[in-house]
Amino acid sequence: MYNEKDINEQIAWAKINADVLRSMENPRKSYWVAIVICILMIACAVFAEYIQYTVGMGPSNLNNPHMWDMYIATFVFWIGMSHSGTLLSAILHLIHADWRKPIYRFAEAMTTFSLMTAGIFPIIHLGRVWNMYWVLPYVSDRGLWPNFRSPLVWDAFAISTYLSASMLFLFIGMIPDLAICRDNARGWRKKLYTVLSLGWSGNDRQWRNFRKIYLLMACFLIPLAVSVHSIVSADFAMSIMPGWHVTTFPPYFVAGALYSGCAAIITLFVLLRYFFRFEEYMTLPIMEKTAKLTFAIAMVWTYLNLIEFSSVWYGHDIYNKELLIDKATGAYAWVFWTMLFCGSVVPFALAFQKLRRHMPTMFVVSLLLNVGMFFERWMIVAPTLSMSHSPHQWDVMWGSIVEWAIVFGSLGWFGLLFLIFVKVFPSVSMYEVKEMVFHRQRHLVNEDAATKFHRRSDDKTTTGEPGLEGA
Amino acid sequence: MSKHCVMGLFSDFDEAFAAISDIRKTKIPGVSVDDVTLKSPIEHPEIEEVLGERPVHLQKFTLFGAIFGVTFGFFFLAAAQASFLVQPQGGKPVVALPSNFVLMYEMLIFFAVWGTFLAFLFLSGLLRKRHSLYSENVSLDQVGILIDVDDSNLERVKDLFKQHKAVEIREEEIR
Repeated sequence: MYNEKDINEQIAWAKINADVLRSMENPRKSYWVAIVICILMIACAVFAEYIQYTVGMGPSNLNNPHMWDMYIATFVFWIGMSHSGTLLSAILHLIHADWRKPIYRFAEAMTTFSLMTAGIFPIIHLGRVWNMYWVLPYVSDRGLWPNFRSPLVWDAFAISTYLSASMLFLFIGMIPDLAICRDNARGWRKKLYTVLSLGWSGNDRQWRNFRKIYLLMACFLIPLAVSVHSIVSADFAMSIMPGWHVTTFPPYFVAGALYSGCAAIITLFVLLRYFFRFEEYMTLPIMEKTAKLTFAIAMVWTYLNLIEFSSVWYGHDIYNKELLIDKATGAYAWVFWTMLFCGSVVPFALAFQKLRRHMPTMFVVSLLLNVGMFFERWMIVAPTLSMSHSPHQWDVMWGSIVEWAIVFGSLGWFGLLFLIFVKVFPSVSMYEVKEMVFHRQRHLVNEDAATKFHRRSDDKTTTGEPGLEGA
Repeated sequence: MSKHCVMGLFSDFDEAFAAISDIRKTKIPGVSVDDVTLKSPIEHPEIEEVLGERPVHLQKFTLFGAIFGVTFGFFFLAAAQASFLVQPQGGKPVVALPSNFVLMYEMLIFFAVWGTFLAFLFLSGLLRKRHSLYSENVSLDQVGILIDVDDSNLERVKDLFKQHKAVEIREEEIR
């Protein structure tokens, strides 16, 4: 058994500032290499989109009945990833789990960047990208509004609300840290942080309002995150297609989202810890807690899968049952079984303490979990369209190179945003780590005082002096 | 009689809190704990016990934003739906409440969140020029006490800060 602390409570506050600020300075060569790789990945996607834009949707293999495919699966994947920040920041904040403090900032950033990535996919999927504004709630020159009964319009509302709320949440949580950056920066950075810190001076009035707004935002963000992924699931569940018209889809989507978000947190945890030398903040006990949380969510996801399979199996709906059998034995079987292996079997590695503390293993496991989660989204979209109600439409469709290039590019886009973030903004919350250290020091002092008090009263009892009871 | 603004910087909360309780106890004429501004790198959990309850009105704006959002959502959607009555509705109601609830819920959150944020900027005194006595050490590891005093009390307050091992004392005349 390891009995380490989440954080060393003896770290000096000045050192916390210095360590985090150092991570924002002088990018190393590996950083620039990563930036170039991301840009090249984006270039692949831009080129693929150019082909699709000029030729049409043919190169993407999108046709009838395969009107949705990789783009929508990837859209759901990125939306899912965005739930990481909500989980770590909002839910764990409300339950006072202070171990989240050193790692929530990058998770919140992930939320924002995942949404920014997800939002691109419906636009790409439209084909006619120049008509994307049609989904916005405005009246056209013919007096027509979008169809507010459509889950696709709900998506536009939900995602824009979630994006703006999560950006605000990220920004508000960063204001005290931006003030620290302002006080330590020079040149263009000083100007940037002066504007962004909004004149924060750390007075009691600001802190009181800050505590309140953070709590209120957390309270709003949780139902919002749940509603966003429920609405995304409604894109499918509101239809009458086999495999989609499922009552458990909203919780299934939410669980999958939290799952992939947690896995991504582990991936970035390992990377930041290694590259920025954040061993003192992103400690092994915190990794253990994150891994346990991921394991718990993995089991919820597995349970929801089993529920879905058994309700389809015993429901005797011939279309749904045929589809389930086809998923397990048909052309998509390898994707289906890989999904189950990565999503339900691989997380058992997180049950072993030695593996939870081994960073390379955790990195590989987290990647495998997200491969499973990507396949899960693909398995939601593709098989239903391959095997819907009308047999004359049955057909197997694999993503084209254009689709894969755009999906690949989205990883680069996310990576680029994240890389820029970690060099411009503090990826570890300095003031919250100070709070964590402060609270733990006080706890330690109180514990010491209590121990001394009990020892003294014990001594008095043994030496024959009157104890507390007598008094 | 001119007024001065004094700021004492302390190395920890304990000394700063002790100084504030002394301000309360010594009862310097014209100086009240209500005039004290505490500046710190983090928020101390027991700050209310020292400074007393100071009300926060942020949640009222959140409530207002939420009520506005849900009301606006309903009327916006209903008005938009009612404006295209010419379209065949297929037997469905013109104003479809179940689907509108989803969007009203989103608008509730949207306006509540933005209302809270704008109120936060206003109520926290942000977007204003920082006080000229601001010390960068406050964002590092020191705790500051800022107070406005008359000329006659200036030395007493400074002595009090010194008694509590103030690391640094800054002052400025208020014009």
